[in-house]
Amino acid sequence: MLELHNVNAGYGPSLVLHDVTVQVNKGEIVCLLGANAAGKTTTMKTIFGLVKPRSGSVTLEGERIDTVGTDGVIKRRLALVPEARRVFTRMSVRENLEMGAYMIDDRAAITQEMERVYTLFPRLKERDKQVAGTLSGGEQQMLAMGRALMAQPRLICMDEPSMGLSPILVQTVFDTIQRIREQGVTVFLVEQNAFMALNIADRGYVLQQGHIVLSDTAKNLLTNDLVRRAYLGG
Amino acid sequence: MLTLASVFAANSSSSNIFLQQIENGITLGAMYALVALGYTLVYGIIELINFAHGDIFMWGTVITFIVVQMMGLNHPLSGFALVGVLLLLIIIGMAVSAFLNAGLERVAYRRLRKAPRLAPLIAAIGASFILETIVQLWRGTNFYAFPDIFPHGGFTIFGARVNYLDIFIVVLAVAMMYGLARFINTTKLGRAMRATAQDPEAAALMGVNINRTISITFLIGGALAGAAAVVYNMYIGQVWYLTGFQLGLIAFTAAVLGGIGNIYGAVFGGFLIGLIQSLAIQFIPGGFQWSLAVVFAVLVLILVFRPSGLLGQQVPDKV
Repeated sequence: MLELHNVNAGYGPSLVLHDVTVQVNKGEIVCLLGANAAGKTTTMKTIFGLVKPRSGSVTLEGERIDTVGTDGVIKRRLALVPEARRVFTRMSVRENLEMGAYMIDDRAAITQEMERVYTLFPRLKERDKQVAGTLSGGEQQMLAMGRALMAQPRLICMDEPSMGLSPILVQTVFDTIQRIREQGVTVFLVEQNAFMALNIADRGYVLQQGHIVLSDTAKNLLTNDLVRRAYLGG
Repeated sequence: MLTLASVFAANSSSSNIFLQQIENGITLGAMYALVALGYTLVYGIIELINFAHGDIFMWGTVITFIVVQMMGLNHPLSGFALVGVLLLLIIIGMAVSAFLNAGLERVAYRRLRKAPRLAPLIAAIGASFILETIVQLWRGTNFYAFPDIFPHGGFTIFGARVNYLDIFIVVLAVAMMYGLARFINTTKLGRAMRATAQDPEAAALMGVNINRTISITFLIGGALAGAAAVVYNMYIGQVWYLTGFQLGLIAFTAAVLGGIGNIYGAVFGGFLIGLIQSLAIQFIPGGFQWSLAVVFAVLVLILVFRPSGLLGQQVPDKV
């Protein structure tokens, strides 16, 4: 469904991604593991047109999307839950969700989607009119995920959705990711929490200093020596 | 500023000087607020002090003046003629300033959006000089008298003279501010503008076209200045190529005073500065020479105690 092929990308003079090739198939949960500064967020930004690849290509179902701009990518129904959530802190919860549905013109569809998000995250419904900046970290993460779902995405990308959350909330986030997949949405997940991510994922890639050094099924990665040493604490 | 002096002198002959200056201050403040909104909208969305904004306003005054001249109008109008001419002037004034402002963004600021912040600031100052110099070379450095097209007359309330023109100015300004607030708070495009102002990258991830949203912001800011330009012409009665410099400075002060990036702050700051200025003119000895000094002294004082302005700044979230 989504494919990055030999992508080189970076900022200014520095190259961050070196020949990164990643494939995400329809219906999968695929996770991208890596330490800080390995290039995980840059990978996400490249998919969404926020960073232009210097060479290589990003394709969605065979169509190149690295040349269509960020709004072009969103129009093709990809959604990103960005790192550090990035909710609109001065807008209400409802307005944030409506921003998520920016590309959808059908009012009825938006209302229906909002109902689904509120069913998934009842906490958000309680805080419907509250300004997003006053939500807790966990609630903001729910909001960022709900906002991405409002776009009725075919593929949802998540950049470290468990970052900075308490263990109980981390569990909630991963449960939610599985429920999202059950609704037929493909998930591409970037995580530092390798154990949790591999437990719900079908396949995984390991990114080190901008290179893909490993790619395998999640089951195999969980027992892989390199992964165990570097990301699973032994 | 001499022209302002005559306006105040004419008005303050009535019986209650204090109320009269309040009335003058509100009228003046309404125009300051319209121009201040342009500074604050642009700053809110791209963190740029658009130093050319005063000259965008000045272009509105010059072009509408030329239109009035070409139409050969030179006496107060009434009835349909008045409504028609006002409507035409406001539409032309708004269009000129709006497209000039958006054009400036397109030609200069957009290219510098990723540059260090000093670069677009200096570009804005350069644009200001260019806009002034074009008018200077084209029309000269003279003051032109703006034809007396708005009907005279008014009424006196509690000893303060209220001209019909003053009412028109305040009603027009308040209607525009109300329209702006409705647009920003209730429409999809307005929501996209707020989202872009808070976090452009996150807004882009929702599918918002950032360039288009910024263009629209410049269009709106310019249009408000253009509307202010039309009524300012009729209020002050003179057209000059440097009008925008001082008015721009005052309106910028109003925006900062209220909390830059905050549209309610710009409106509040505009009215407040109008009131401070007109009261200072009346009640400080030698007030006319001192009125601007008082305005800026108040700005300094308020920023010392409330660095983000009276109603608070609203600038992009830092990530």
